[in-house]
Amino acid sequence: MKLRPFRIVLVLVTSLIPLALLAVLVFLARYSWPALTFNGWHFLTGHTWNLGNLYADPVKQRGVLAPIGANYGILVFIVGTLLTSAIALIIAVPISLGVAVFLAEGLRSRLRTPLSFVVEMLAAVPSVVYGLWGYAVLTPLVAHTVGPGLRSVLGFIPFFAGAVGSGYGLLAASIVLALMVVPIIAATVRDALAQVPSETKEAAYALGATHFEVVRRAMLPAVRGNIIGACILGLGRALGETMAVLMVSGGALNYFPGNIYSPVTTMASFIVSQLDSAMQDPTGMAVRSLAEIALILFIISVLTNIIARLLTGTSRNASAV
Amino acid sequence: MLQPFSISRVTRRKWLSGLGWGLAAASFVLVATPLLDILYTVIRKGMSALSFALFTQVTNGISGGLLNAITGTLVLVSGALIFAAPVGILAGIYLSEFGRGRFGRTVRFLDDVLAGVPSIVLGYFSYVTLVIGLGWQFSVLAGSLTLAIMVVPYIARFTEISFMQVPGGLREAGYALGLREFTVITRLALPLALPGILTGVLFAIAIALGETAPLIYTAGWSNFLWNGKLIHEPIGYLTYVIWSFINQPYRSAHALAFAAAFLVILMVLVINVGLNAALRRSRPARTGLR
Repeated sequence: MKLRPFRIVLVLVTSLIPLALLAVLVFLARYSWPALTFNGWHFLTGHTWNLGNLYADPVKQRGVLAPIGANYGILVFIVGTLLTSAIALIIAVPISLGVAVFLAEGLRSRLRTPLSFVVEMLAAVPSVVYGLWGYAVLTPLVAHTVGPGLRSVLGFIPFFAGAVGSGYGLLAASIVLALMVVPIIAATVRDALAQVPSETKEAAYALGATHFEVVRRAMLPAVRGNIIGACILGLGRALGETMAVLMVSGGALNYFPGNIYSPVTTMASFIVSQLDSAMQDPTGMAVRSLAEIALILFIISVLTNIIARLLTGTSRNASAV
Repeated sequence: MLQPFSISRVTRRKWLSGLGWGLAAASFVLVATPLLDILYTVIRKGMSALSFALFTQVTNGISGGLLNAITGTLVLVSGALIFAAPVGILAGIYLSEFGRGRFGRTVRFLDDVLAGVPSIVLGYFSYVTLVIGLGWQFSVLAGSLTLAIMVVPYIARFTEISFMQVPGGLREAGYALGLREFTVITRLALPLALPGILTGVLFAIAIALGETAPLIYTAGWSNFLWNGKLIHEPIGYLTYVIWSFINQPYRSAHALAFAAAFLVILMVLVINVGLNAALRRSRPARTGLR
């Protein structure tokens, strides 16, 4: 076989992409190893995050040096992450399907491009700007209008009853996440709808279906796999979203949300919020425990992405990124 | 006998279809309204905070200008491109030209997976390895490298797609003339693929400009202008101003946050409008090639 320097360079550079993923996994695992042994399974089941006494001399516990009284449990953040993402998807999925149907089938072609741009812009707005908008517009709206409204309609369910609070919390975080997830699902489903073979549509028309019935009974079932994949892709985005959630969630430490208006903290936003306090720890155990959260987030995001890609097929075009 | 029943059934189906379209249109309005309000809020509050001093002074506590943040953002994004553009473009060329095999398929898949890793995870990874591990501290290099890892998948993807759109006949013509692989790819295919590659790079810039989470743990924050040091020296950036200053109970801090958001949104908006126009122009050519 002939030696081809150009190809060798290409292969070497290309390998950097899988290597980067591997490096993230290996170095996060290696760095958080002392935390993994110190925390054990309690990390996932405990619900207090306590840095311990940072002024006393650290002692050796379970084979590693940690501050006295240090206790790292992230169940509260796991619950916060799952709840915000779940509620965000409950809001976003029907809306995204509506948007996708509207953009793919409900418009004449001249309007399709400019209105599709609205959805693309929604994906392009940086998450910190969503957070800023959440802070300035959404949280007052939730505190004064959306929250009281929701309570008066659904207040008979305990989860929707109780004090509406300041507006910062589960509901506001879920709404912001829903807005960020909609363009992902809507763009993927819209592109899939555009790929539905015209024979499928014509067959439905030939049976006397109205245009909407064609969409509802023939086209949407044809892209079911893409819809599920798109939802999981959106879920992956919601689980890992950091800044927007951090700015509107109110930041709960060591207690579970009582209702949909309670402050929450997600795993991703907790990492950012702990930057300063974790560095106070002379043993570094807090920083290592944060690395353990990052490791868990990494594994979750890789798994959700793999499932989503398998369901939607590997082809992803530029508009759906 | 059938007549009245079938009429009411047809009417009912028409009504339901109308309702369906109504709900679809309503969901579009439901997402378009917040977007317009985001743009309106940021532009209105950001414009009123704009001043000449914003571009000439550095941040002073929670007031002053944004010169350090503006230049810092540009430095970090350029730094990210220096790493990400060559890697992404070469990887994209590999995937398009030689990526049919198992390695190519695996890389394409992992490229998607890397694009889906939460940015805070990448930021914390860099914090652990570069900032603490290599002792770089909060620095330009750590921040740029993190952003680079984030945007590489997009550049690779755009490059791959634009190389795939170069007609195969062109390459075959080159080989028939006895050209080497390297010449065919760089002299024949690259010029045609270049607009697509630039689109990818622009897309990457738009993403990098708006990122916050991966920089908090890697670039830090500085009130001063960048002094040219790559490591051991933190640097300011616009998105930091947005998230950190909005939490300060001072009017000047809020004004700076909205001004920073305005500048970021303006750049992202301009890039996206440009991208949209570019993609639309290239679409007929793209379908023509199939």
